[in-house]
Amino acid sequence: MSRHGYKYSAGRLLRHGLTRDAWPRMWRRPERRDSYDVVIIGGGLHGLATAYYLAQNHGITNVAVVDKGYIGGGGSGRNTAIVRSNYLTPEGVAFYDRSLHLYNTMATDLNLNVMLSRRGHLTLAHTDSALRTMNWRAEVNKLLDIDSAVIGPAEVKRLTPSLDVSPDTRYPILGALYHPPGGIVRHDAVVWGYARAADHLGVHLLQETEVFDIICDGGDGPDGKGSGGRVTGVRTSYGDIGSPVVVNCTAGWASLISNMAGVPLAITTHPLQAAVTEPCKVFLPTVVVSGSLHVYVSQTDRGELVFGASVDPVGSYRVNGTLEFTEELAGHVLELMPGISKMRLMRQWSGLCDMTPDYSPIMGYTSVEGYLVDVGWGTYGFKAGPVAGETMAETIATGRAADLIAPFTIDRFTAGDLVGEKGAAAVGH
Amino acid sequence: MIVVPCPNCGPRNSSDLRNAGEVVARPDPATTSLTEWRSYLYLRENPAGWVTETWYCRSGCRRYFTIERNTSTNEIRESESS
Ligand SMILES: Cc1cc2nc3c(=O)[nH]c(=O)nc-3n(C[C@H](O)[C@H](O)[C@H](O)COP(=O)(O)OP(=O)(O)OC[C@H]3O[C@@H](n4cnc5c(N)ncnc54)[C@H](O)[C@@H]3O)c2cc1C
Ligand SMILES: [Zn+2]
Repeated sequence: MSRHGYKYSAGRLLRHGLTRDAWPRMWRRPERRDSYDVVIIGGGLHGLATAYYLAQNHGITNVAVVDKGYIGGGGSGRNTAIVRSNYLTPEGVAFYDRSLHLYNTMATDLNLNVMLSRRGHLTLAHTDSALRTMNWRAEVNKLLDIDSAVIGPAEVKRLTPSLDVSPDTRYPILGALYHPPGGIVRHDAVVWGYARAADHLGVHLLQETEVFDIICDGGDGPDGKGSGGRVTGVRTSYGDIGSPVVVNCTAGWASLISNMAGVPLAITTHPLQAAVTEPCKVFLPTVVVSGSLHVYVSQTDRGELVFGASVDPVGSYRVNGTLEFTEELAGHVLELMPGISKMRLMRQWSGLCDMTPDYSPIMGYTSVEGYLVDVGWGTYGFKAGPVAGETMAETIATGRAADLIAPFTIDRFTAGDLVGEKGAAAVGH
Repeated sequence: MIVVPCPNCGPRNSSDLRNAGEVVARPDPATTSLTEWRSYLYLRENPAGWVTETWYCRSGCRRYFTIERNTSTNEIRESESS
């Protein structure tokens, strides 16, 4: 038995391959307790990472992660798995860079291959103003020791030969922001790795348990909710669970949960769509993003091209694919890579994104004692999962917001102190 | 596709219009506090269900109007207040 239960290794793989013995389940189905020290709502990457670091770094193990569906059924199982730290604000860059460090050692830390591939990330500029924003980002990045630079069309072509960099296209490629450490990861493996490790440290993963209400006391709103009150537990589809600390990690559903505590959020929920092609020979060595064309693409280890875009313009909780998305996507991708016009799309899907006005998250304590938020992850929260978990756990354990998340406080909106990341996060990834 | 009934132009694809979000009561700028004003600017109920919202007929008559939409199904009905 290793730190995280049944140890995965090459030897085990060989033995299971030869004997055909079933692998043990990755986590238990625990007996529910009536109360916990911490209840985390949302079994996506953020909730699971928070639980893991509470147990691993702070020894707080009487913790439940509750999810109305299954582990990783939200955005954490639907994203396009791009990781990078070349953001625009110093606050954002420092935060996301810590996450990349955690991704670097994750496979060893969690004893699960998360297939991290730091293959390089290119954000194309098709206009002078885009190039200006790239230069701005590159300078902020360099100042904070992030590997990031603006390169010209020839260098873009050298790195990614399938791109059309000729000057006579409709949206000529004038240059790109090149971020060598950016890349992709296997998103399911990351989620399962944290779930398995948290479970092994004693955390209860309660799936198919929907939270209907947050039970509060002493607040200035109806039923003791709202400012000045405190949390005593949650009401779920399996009855009440007591807890002095309740953490909202529900991403696209964050407003619905927060309204249950009487804490309104600066969030609107938008669907974000993605699509994947049939597999083909590996030809795309980098992750390619185009802000002006609202599209990004990477190639998986299986050879499929994964495409993403910007959020649907109309806010909604409905996750269905639209023809508008596919049409626009195909048109824009072919502008960049005319050579793939014969490839077939295999699947298209959608997930919910919790968009904030400044494209930065909302993290930490709120006006209700014991109610914390880790929300506002929009289209960019997967890469942030590890650092969000680490800093939320520290915040809960020490009773004060971790330094890295202090700029992302919920009060920044009414204080007029926004952290504008739109220049680096408007295309969803 | 979401079909939005503009009171002037009739049913249009939502991509012809701009969704300006849920209707929020605007405080009087002359008497409001900064906190109240910023709450009006940023905080939203963001419900899953029926919501009264504003649309802008961007490539049609350029009128602003309100309708009710169910954000769980995208079903639309005329608003009492429009
Ligand atoms: C198509 C797409 C592409 C994306 N691409 C990228 C990318 O390339 N890089 C990147 O960094 N980010 C990306 N993102 C964003 C990223 O997926 C999310 O920000 C991230 O997964 C959020 O994780 P989470 O754990 O906070 O929430 P989620 O994984 O969404 O989990 C929230 C959980 O809360 C549960 N829940 C909701 N309501 C209740 C309730 N009442 N009771 C109990 N449980 C409840 C849900 O069932 C869900 O499992 C993308 C998102 C989408 C949709
Ligand atoms: Zn009109």
